[in-house]
Amino acid sequence: MSWMVWTMPTAIFFSSIAAMLAGMTIWEILSPTIERKGFLPISTTRGDRLFIGLLSAAFIHLGVIGFTSLSIWIALAVSAIWLLILMRWG
Amino acid sequence: MNNKVPNNRAWLLVLPMLVLVAFSAIIPLMTVVNYSVQDVLGPNARFFTGTEWFESMLNDNALQAAFLRQISFSLIILAIQIPLGIGIALIMPKRGWQASAVLILITLPLLIPWNVVGSIWQIFTRGDIGLMGWGLRELGVDYNITRNAGDAWVTIVLMDVWHWTPLVAMLCYSGLRSIPEAYYQAARIDRASKWAVFRYIQLPKLTNVLVIAVLLRFMHSFMIYAEPFVLTGGGPGSATTFLSQSLTTMAVGQQDLGPSAAFSLIYFLVILLVSWVFYTTIMHMQKDKPPHGGA
Amino acid sequence: MSYRLENTQRGEKYKTVFSKVSPAQRRNRTARSRWRANFLLGLYLILMILPIYWLINMSLQTNSEILGSMTLWPQNLTFDNYIGIFTNSSWYMGYINSMLYVVMNMLITICVALPAAYAFSRFTFIGDKHLFFWLLTNLMAPPAVFLLPYFQLYYSVGLFDTHIAVALAHCLFNIPLAIWILEGFMSSVPKEIDETAYIDGYSFPRFFIKIFIPMIRSGIGVTLFFLFMFSWVELLLARTLTATNAQPIGMIMTRTSTASGIDWGTLAAAGVLTIIPGILVVYFVRNHIAKGFALGRT
Repeated sequence: MSWMVWTMPTAIFFSSIAAMLAGMTIWEILSPTIERKGFLPISTTRGDRLFIGLLSAAFIHLGVIGFTSLSIWIALAVSAIWLLILMRWG
Repeated sequence: MNNKVPNNRAWLLVLPMLVLVAFSAIIPLMTVVNYSVQDVLGPNARFFTGTEWFESMLNDNALQAAFLRQISFSLIILAIQIPLGIGIALIMPKRGWQASAVLILITLPLLIPWNVVGSIWQIFTRGDIGLMGWGLRELGVDYNITRNAGDAWVTIVLMDVWHWTPLVAMLCYSGLRSIPEAYYQAARIDRASKWAVFRYIQLPKLTNVLVIAVLLRFMHSFMIYAEPFVLTGGGPGSATTFLSQSLTTMAVGQQDLGPSAAFSLIYFLVILLVSWVFYTTIMHMQKDKPPHGGA
Repeated sequence: MSYRLENTQRGEKYKTVFSKVSPAQRRNRTARSRWRANFLLGLYLILMILPIYWLINMSLQTNSEILGSMTLWPQNLTFDNYIGIFTNSSWYMGYINSMLYVVMNMLITICVALPAAYAFSRFTFIGDKHLFFWLLTNLMAPPAVFLLPYFQLYYSVGLFDTHIAVALAHCLFNIPLAIWILEGFMSSVPKEIDETAYIDGYSFPRFFIKIFIPMIRSGIGVTLFFLFMFSWVELLLARTLTATNAQPIGMIMTRTSTASGIDWGTLAAAGVLTIIPGILVVYFVRNHIAKGFALGRT
């Protein structure tokens, strides 16, 4: 395992991704998702919206890190708000 | 065919595959993420660097140039290969021994190892021993892929067209073969022009396979490595250095684990975005199709 | 949008009333366009074969003839380049190594892909669409991204420089591809067949092996062809994961360039020999290959 050079931040990152997947699975078992159309141009399920949210969050982070001098925490906050908006109204 | 049964025990059938792919995909991907936030000098000498590598990679001029080159390359070869592939599929014989023979001949370039493709073209385009290089020189064209960036570009595009158009042609050919003969008969009786037959019968049938073709061709051209590496080595200068080659040079040649990992992740995210857009398009096209595939 | 069958009857009537082109003229016109199509196809095939012909041509010449003068076909036919490869174990071991990992990869992949593709074609389950998309992203992932961790991973589990390491690494893109193609072929098998078999008292494994697999034989053949093709042509991963014992032929070919120049004849002969296995494989599946290229979906 040592060759994988784990650090605390990446460990937290992957744990939260794993937790999200587990959470989504449990949610799906308790109340199955219904495909619906929100403000996104395509109709999506819960899982689709989570994926779109995570992917756009990655690009938000890249944009903030690469082309602005803002703190990464701002990117994280923006992504979290965006993810919530997407899950609720997307 | 759309009457699939909900059954979560199907996970058991997927599990062996999942374990194998996870071993080859997830563990390495996690490692790449770990590398990307550290400066790894040795097994016990590493420092946390945070987002530094990402910042420097995103602002690296050489990489930005490679990225733009990569995109233009992908667009150019798509613009040539898709129409050419359709054209070839239209004139391929549909039955008999000729069909088998043409099929096998056309598939040939796809079966050649990628570095051998590079070697074939390296030999073919050399001025002293290659047919094409020698022929162009005899015709008075000043053609030299090691010195002239334009020549190198044309040759790489030509090589890729030679190598991958068969894939597009084969996809379209199989799409065309699935059109019932009755459609053509109806068109003949209506005395539809060749163009009308193509526009209203053949092209609609081809949309499905064409999306697959564009997807596959875009992805493969986006990670092209062995062919230009053997043919031009990325030169002259860095005129034909594409993303995979920049990455491999950085990762294997210079052993810069941190920066190359950050670069890998950015590269991967771009690919992920593009493949997601394509995939969603394919899925929605299939969903919107009327039950009997009206066109 | 499309020409429906109803048009046929209307068209039949028009044909008798309005036809301005005589049948002879029309036959003439189709013959001419057929001739033009064949000409264009022939031209494309010739241009396509030319680089390969040149490789074969060079492989049958001595180095002095290659470098000496421009000859469009071998003046002094020689098989020395081929004999050199077949009598030198460091050369022909490259072919054996490549063959070994390709076959291993084909076996591993088809064994795990068959049940998975069946699951995707017959059932819905939680996360199935996302799982399928994730698989496809592995097909799209540039091998260059995975180079370093692969090296570390296989080194740490003690598989570095073995055939099985390359076979496992190629699973990264071959398993998703196999599932994609097989799923297409399986979806065209009516579901009623499964149901009838279960009513007749077949257990799942017995049904799958005795009835289902024989039904999609051609699909499996085509899938194996594609697995062969993509594993055979890949070099970057195969090169990184091997050193001496399992080196692929593509890597050994780089030996032809030495300080005293490049051994063109041997390089060309080795290149020709890498094309031959592909031709043999494609010959066996030639009747189903077109459908396979459309991922079983036409």
